[in-house]
Amino acid sequence: MKFGVVVFPGSNCDHDALWAVSQNLGAEAEFIWHDSRKLPAVDAVILPGGFSYGDYLRCGAIAKFSPVMTAVKKFAADGGLVAGICNGFQILTEAGMLPGALIRNKGQKFVCRPVELEIATTNSPFTNAGHKGDHVTFPVAHGEGCYIADEQTLNQLEAEDRVLFRYIDNPNGSMRNIAGICNAGRNVLGMMPHPERVTEPLMGSSEGLVVFRSMISAFATK
Amino acid sequence: MTITPELLATHKLNAAEYEKIVSLLGREPSITELGIFSVMWSEHCSYKSSRVHLKKLPTKSKYVLLGPGENAGIIDIGGGYGVAFKIESHNHPSFIEPFQGAATGVGGILRDIFTMGARPIAVMDAIRFGPLDDPDYGKRNQRILEGVVSGIAHYGNCFGVPTVGGECTFHPSYNGNPLVNVFALGVIKADEVFLGRAEGVGNPVIYVGAKTGKDGIHGATMASDEFTEESKQHRPNVQMGDPFMEKLLLEACLEAMKTGAIEGIQDMGAAGLTCSTCEMGSRAGTGMEVDLMHVPQRETGMSAYEIMLSESQERMLLVARKGREQEVFDVFKKWGLDAAIIGTVTADGILRVRHHGVLVAEIPNRALADEAPIYTRSFTKPARNVPMEGPEFKSLDLGADLKALLGSADLCSKHWIWEQYDFMVRTNTIAGPGYDAAIVRVKETGSSVAVSLDGNGRYCYLSPREGAKLMVAEACRNVSTVGALPLAATNNLNFGNPEKPEIMAQLVEAIEGMSEACVFFETPITGGNVSLYNETLGEGILPTPVIGIVGLMKTEAPVKNVFPKAGLDVLLIGSMGDCDLTHFGGTQYANTILKTLWGMPPKLDMAEEKKVQAAIRKLVGDGLVESSHDVGEGGLAVALAECSFGGVGCQVALQSKLRPEFTLFHEGPSRILVSTSQVEKVVALGKELNVEVVRLGSTIVDRFVVDGLLDLPLGELRSTWETALETKLHA
Amino acid sequence: MTAHVYVTLKRTVLDAQGQTVQSALRGLGHASIADVRQGKFFEIQMNGVSREQAQTEIDLVAREVLSNPVIEDYRVLILE
Repeated sequence: MKFGVVVFPGSNCDHDALWAVSQNLGAEAEFIWHDSRKLPAVDAVILPGGFSYGDYLRCGAIAKFSPVMTAVKKFAADGGLVAGICNGFQILTEAGMLPGALIRNKGQKFVCRPVELEIATTNSPFTNAGHKGDHVTFPVAHGEGCYIADEQTLNQLEAEDRVLFRYIDNPNGSMRNIAGICNAGRNVLGMMPHPERVTEPLMGSSEGLVVFRSMISAFATK
Repeated sequence: MTITPELLATHKLNAAEYEKIVSLLGREPSITELGIFSVMWSEHCSYKSSRVHLKKLPTKSKYVLLGPGENAGIIDIGGGYGVAFKIESHNHPSFIEPFQGAATGVGGILRDIFTMGARPIAVMDAIRFGPLDDPDYGKRNQRILEGVVSGIAHYGNCFGVPTVGGECTFHPSYNGNPLVNVFALGVIKADEVFLGRAEGVGNPVIYVGAKTGKDGIHGATMASDEFTEESKQHRPNVQMGDPFMEKLLLEACLEAMKTGAIEGIQDMGAAGLTCSTCEMGSRAGTGMEVDLMHVPQRETGMSAYEIMLSESQERMLLVARKGREQEVFDVFKKWGLDAAIIGTVTADGILRVRHHGVLVAEIPNRALADEAPIYTRSFTKPARNVPMEGPEFKSLDLGADLKALLGSADLCSKHWIWEQYDFMVRTNTIAGPGYDAAIVRVKETGSSVAVSLDGNGRYCYLSPREGAKLMVAEACRNVSTVGALPLAATNNLNFGNPEKPEIMAQLVEAIEGMSEACVFFETPITGGNVSLYNETLGEGILPTPVIGIVGLMKTEAPVKNVFPKAGLDVLLIGSMGDCDLTHFGGTQYANTILKTLWGMPPKLDMAEEKKVQAAIRKLVGDGLVESSHDVGEGGLAVALAECSFGGVGCQVALQSKLRPEFTLFHEGPSRILVSTSQVEKVVALGKELNVEVVRLGSTIVDRFVVDGLLDLPLGELRSTWETALETKLHA
Repeated sequence: MTAHVYVTLKRTVLDAQGQTVQSALRGLGHASIADVRQGKFFEIQMNGVSREQAQTEIDLVAREVLSNPVIEDYRVLILE
């Protein structure tokens, strides 16, 4: 299985994501430059964290117009796995590939710290290697990670079992403690916490591997 | 245009300096030339007051690949790699506009690092403010702190470099003069170092990055001036930072360097195009001819003077190999950045500036860089206005004292600050904020670097020489405490007005003390920054040298800085130390509890210190200890409490001939607290290395007990320590 | 032709920045300040278009690019 990590101008967790899946998981991986109109032969796409286009206008608002996003949309529509982490999540909501929006943290400030999450469902290609209800600790590092959506959308996400991660200790005011969701087709993930930052003991834990291992096993059984 | 005394005054040039300019040029300078001289000869760029003394600092060792004089120093970390690092101040801009001042401070030091070809992997900050509860300036100090922290966060986070640690302390002398010292470190291939040299006559000079606007014109001279009421009108001078642009510039520069088409490169920092054109030429012994009409500009109708002196951020000047310009342009185009040829390298050693073809400046580079005035300013005894002998005092409640210390602005947890920094991005942060020293992995080599920043204005006020030595010892100890070998240093010298002999004396003694300690601990200074004139309305800051020590270690899981579990032995490596009333006067206890300052800083025995550091490195390296934390400000009691804030407390008995206040709170150096399950081995190693190992007690659950002196529930102590800063900020 | 576009958070969305500014202003003694909404302002210069064309084009740009309809409202003003 091969991962593609998209590099937008201003992406800064691109190397971390590549390192996590290649060095720490042993999967193949390559970078994809933002103005590629076509994706290389990859089996999953990661939209990494960072400040694409400086997060000017709104987080992720300019990145959604990058040529690569047209290709990513098509890839997702064909059932390909897409994981948006942090800024990647913001891009996916801006691009309309995931519902809701991410606004400034309730506490107003950028917040960087490990937070405890609950794996809310294992019924997804991003969490199938975990256990429902398990607690994992991933770092967050964002200024605009407060997830909001209207009541109907939130109810629908829950009814369809599309909330994949919830905060135990909500760092940003996200509605219903939502930390990560997937689309209706269940092949597009968006999450604010950074699983790629905890994929080796040296960084304090390897708990984040659960997300990428899940993707590999989902791909293998497809 | 006539050069009037008023015009000279606004350019901070005195009559003698002006005469020197006239004699160097053989004529009166043009206004553009006057502007160029004024920035190049400013204290900030020329180090005219400090240069003769800076020469006393050690700068060489077998690890030093590149010493002072370039954009940053470089040391060898093995495996064909080095690390480039430097610290720099942005004090004055951060007072005028805290957010942008601090942000552009981060931006400037990052450019210094990547201009060498190094990818930045860590930033740290030493920041100092007036007290948050100051009766007159408390609110303003709070605002400055919040602005500085969010400025650092904004720039570092967006750029994608982790801010892995630093220090933050308070004193009334920083009320009108906060200190913002930013350290950055990057990884570089030892044989791919780029220098700021305009080599190769006929090579094109290329401008890359952001467009030039009227930002910060005369920032370099502003940074060399005291604050007065008028400085408030300097506001439009403050530069705006664009970390996104800088991130693109980083990637583009590193990629362009790989093409082999770049000969030399330098960032445009203070003094912008002026500094970069003349320094690149003077280092290479060449000249440069540029036409400013080719400089990408943000505003129309800018004068030559304004273009040469603009301090717009996120710009670089590079010299490419003739005929290979296109390779450079292609890279910058890919990253969406401006790049323009503005001139060529010449053989005659002259900086020749034209604007639309008209000659506006023609100055020998040597005159600007090497002929800058050097002052051997007179110095007397260091300024000092506190007694040698301390007051009679007796603690009413040692537990309350400890709580007050842990809840003080200087000693409390700074998590409110560092949680705003992305300290993990790039997944190299093995030990981040809160550790004695930050540890950052170098993925390329299997080794890691450890860094500690340290300064202590109160110690240095009592004795600049002893204070500076203690500071070097402390920073080296911090690096050793996490298991790394200190290799080199960078310094930031923050002082008041050097034209006052008693302030100059502080600077001289601090440099000499620092030099002595850096020689002894084998940590040469590879570069740094001098920030003088830190005065507001005649009130100087405490003499505040800050040192950054860089150490090297094997990449491995870090030793903890807190007690990991109950039932371990708690040992003190070093000794209980000695203290008398005189040497208690600089402690945090004197500062926070007694609210006064006297005497001398703690006594340092450098030979003893070195032995203790060697011992702790061995203990940590061999995995003989479960936790390791240095005894610093606040003394043993505070260090024990800090070790307990992981949730596991301790019960200790302190055998000491000293009075309880001294035993608990004296700040004698050369002491490190460890916990271990292998006490016999630790004791044996102590014997072998001739270092005293004191058995203090053991780790326990939930309580904090010092037999006969203190018995406190841990939760309460911890919450005082954790919430103090936020409480003070929102008071 | 000049267009002004104002983008603010929808009334239903918590405007944390606006609230912080409001409480700061009240803290400074401006007791009469009842509500603050913080938003973005764009000044756009256009060439060679009629007022109607400008209105249509800026409306599109404001809806699709300058604002995020999930959380934000916008207002367009076309000036001569």
